[in-house]
Amino acid sequence: MLDYLIDFSRILIYTIRDVLPIVLLILFFQLVVLKQAIANVKKMIIGGIYVVLGLSLFLMGLEKALFPVGQIMASQLSDPVFLGVTDVGLTNWSSYYWIYIFAALIGFATTIAEPSLIAVAMKAEEVSAGTIKPWGLRITVAIGVAFALALGTFRIVTGTPLFIYIMIGYIIVMVQTIFAPKMLIALAYDSGGVTTSTVTVPLVAALGLGLSNAVPGRNPAIDGFGLIAFASLFPIITVLGYAQFMSLKIKLLKTKSEKNAV
Amino acid sequence: MRYKKFLLAILKKIWAALTDLIPIIIVVVFFQSVVIREPFPQIGEVIFGIFIVIIGLMLFIEGLEMALFPIGEVLAYSLVKKGSLSWLLIFSFALGFSTTIAEPALIAIAKEASVISSNAGLIENSNKVRDVYAMGLRLTVAFSVGLAIVIGVLRILKGWPLHYLIIGGYIMVMLMTIIAPVEIIGLAYDAGGVTTSTITVPLVTALGVGLASIIKGRSPLTDGFGLIAFASLLPMIFVMAYGLFWF
Repeated sequence: MLDYLIDFSRILIYTIRDVLPIVLLILFFQLVVLKQAIANVKKMIIGGIYVVLGLSLFLMGLEKALFPVGQIMASQLSDPVFLGVTDVGLTNWSSYYWIYIFAALIGFATTIAEPSLIAVAMKAEEVSAGTIKPWGLRITVAIGVAFALALGTFRIVTGTPLFIYIMIGYIIVMVQTIFAPKMLIALAYDSGGVTTSTVTVPLVAALGLGLSNAVPGRNPAIDGFGLIAFASLFPIITVLGYAQFMSLKIKLLKTKSEKNAV
Repeated sequence: MRYKKFLLAILKKIWAALTDLIPIIIVVVFFQSVVIREPFPQIGEVIFGIFIVIIGLMLFIEGLEMALFPIGEVLAYSLVKKGSLSWLLIFSFALGFSTTIAEPALIAIAKEASVISSNAGLIENSNKVRDVYAMGLRLTVAFSVGLAIVIGVLRILKGWPLHYLIIGGYIMVMLMTIIAPVEIIGLAYDAGGVTTSTITVPLVTALGVGLASIIKGRSPLTDGFGLIAFASLLPMIFVMAYGLFWF
């Protein structure tokens, strides 16, 4: 118990240091630049205390739960006894299929429930005048993230260079940008950043680092990172693809009904 | 009556915090009970940790909504109305910088990265060097997010097309990848996705949409977005430069 308290007070001090710049920034602009009094001072102070306490608790829980879970899952799912393979089988990428399935499921499940994605999906429906359906978009993005994480874990297992995958992804995005409806480009680019939430990032990072520790011949410093990069790139591709698909579908329906009218 | 309302509000907050975690819990429990079927190590500590994460996330979001978001939005709006470009740009930079420094996901990743790098012998294996490395990483990312917001705000003001800037950014990322040390590339690419979560997104979106709705001829929906895209692109470039400096 005492350990926890010492831990917590240490994290609390760090957190106060982290939040201080925001407080100073707001005070400076409010009082010096705009020369306005702050409305609702009491509410602001209580809110500030909540932020500091909440952030400290979150960071402490992260160390106790999310990081260990990601790492334990990675090491359990890549354990030779669990995989039922010999040392030779350990170097074969196809032995690790449970890892790919786990990564894909985590990607899908966390994305489909991601609050910021729900908000973006609703805005997309607004901008596209109903062409884009929120649920359709959410499912496409979730499938995109699931595929991204499965591919990302495959990359860690095989140790292939990250930049090749990302470069190909960029080229796909560039080509798609040329053809996608202009209204939705900014939204699609933003959706890449939106899918990786505060809870998902540490877990997924721990999964990648744990996996690169477990697979023989992999170096965590070189191979361990990159899963989040995959998860932020693929949604851009899927959102652009979905936008193109929907506008194409509407175009086809239009020409069809015009033909029928004639 | 008031007591009941208060309780309901708290339950709602806990539920909001849970929606982030429930999918993860379901998938992990499924794998543990059906696929792996082995005792889960440190189960007590993990459950305690999850409990803390939920409470922490709940308080954090509640505090943000109570204090930071309203004042941030009002500030962004009044600064745009004030019409001083230099103050607006300074504010944009400071907003991007300060919100990124406090970003929980970035704090977690920077710490993990410093441990990995010191285990790999890339940086000196001492607590002090690790702390300096992690803090430097966070400052680098925060600086680049600040710069990204400035560029994004200028883009909204001048009406530059987003995709040229993004494609230019992609090319920069590729060029940096060639010269950057191989140990930093994965982390740098990840830094792009890490920066844009809980605190940064709502404040930055408020700034962008507010700007676009005040300036004539800009649509909040097409011009207002796109700030986040810059904020996930520039950190990649700058973290690779950071790697060049360290390794």
